[in-house]
Amino acid sequence: MVIEISCEEVWREVSNYLDDEITPELRARMREHFKGCKHCTAVLDGTRNVVRLVGDAKAFVLPAGFSDRLYQKLERKLSKDGRL
Amino acid sequence: MGCGAGLQGFGAVEAARRGSEMMSAAPRRTALPEPGLRVDGETLAGTKSQVEPLELELIERVLRGRHEAFRELVRPCEHAVFMATQAILKNEADAEDAAQDAILKAFTNLATFRGDSKFSTWLVRIATNEALMKLRKERRHKLHDSLDDGREDDNGNYVPRDFADWREIPSEALQTKELRQALSWALASLTPKHREVLVLRDVQHFTIEETATRLGIGKSAVKIRLLRARLQMRDALAPGMDGSWSTGRREHKQVRPW
Repeated sequence: MVIEISCEEVWREVSNYLDDEITPELRARMREHFKGCKHCTAVLDGTRNVVRLVGDAKAFVLPAGFSDRLYQKLERKLSKDGRL
Repeated sequence: MGCGAGLQGFGAVEAARRGSEMMSAAPRRTALPEPGLRVDGETLAGTKSQVEPLELELIERVLRGRHEAFRELVRPCEHAVFMATQAILKNEADAEDAAQDAILKAFTNLATFRGDSKFSTWLVRIATNEALMKLRKERRHKLHDSLDDGREDDNGNYVPRDFADWREIPSEALQTKELRQALSWALASLTPKHREVLVLRDVQHFTIEETATRLGIGKSAVKIRLLRARLQMRDALAPGMDGSWSTGRREHKQVRPW
């Protein structure tokens, strides 16, 4: 028998749920809650999407000319300092 | 990331470092943000190097004065470095500045690279610290933190703005400029203290413990900030109930291009 959990408690733990930073007991209660609560499931899915998207290397692209500007700067520094 | 892992003795880098010291004036020992990055003769012995043979060779060449090898060493890591700074700083120009400064710092301090992590890891760490320093400086210059106006209940808990179902967005969608822009605006809408936690944990994939250590805060503080940051990001990016973009008051920009 799983003890019920409120939506507010679920929101408080949704991030820990994704990181697996909760007890198996709490996980079971939350899982049970998600089965019957569309809102909390939407919060969980959306939060998971956020984690996945921001963690995707494709989310950040190098600006055009980045390398050229970088090595120009490096060369300027080298001609100024003359050494490492 | 092109800078892969590998195991190789570190002696050669150390020898090259010593060689370069003999050839030129001693390399500058600029204090880097990470204490572990400084050369320490005692701890170097027995350090298991994570440096790839090619990286090692390139590092040696740079330290011997063949500076053009630095380009080859850094090129595979440029994207990771920019990603680290762009995620933390609001605009692209600042992110590029921070990335460049970090790479120049790595160049100046290459002799202090201990080889106990991948070169890319070391470089990204420097870039992260560079961006965090800039972010904190920026914060000090402002009277107020950036927006931090998620709805809160009586106990100070963040309450999600809406409960719209959010279908999974395929990774390929990130090839569209609009989605990348949306993510960047959403990140920018977080307060610096929430953004830095989200970036370390979710962009750079540090563990909660590592994130706590790097920021000098407790694990529970990391978890609390992470929750808030992730929920706010979701609110900023999730489609509204009716599928249209909500026109929130002053808080989150309407950043939903799908």
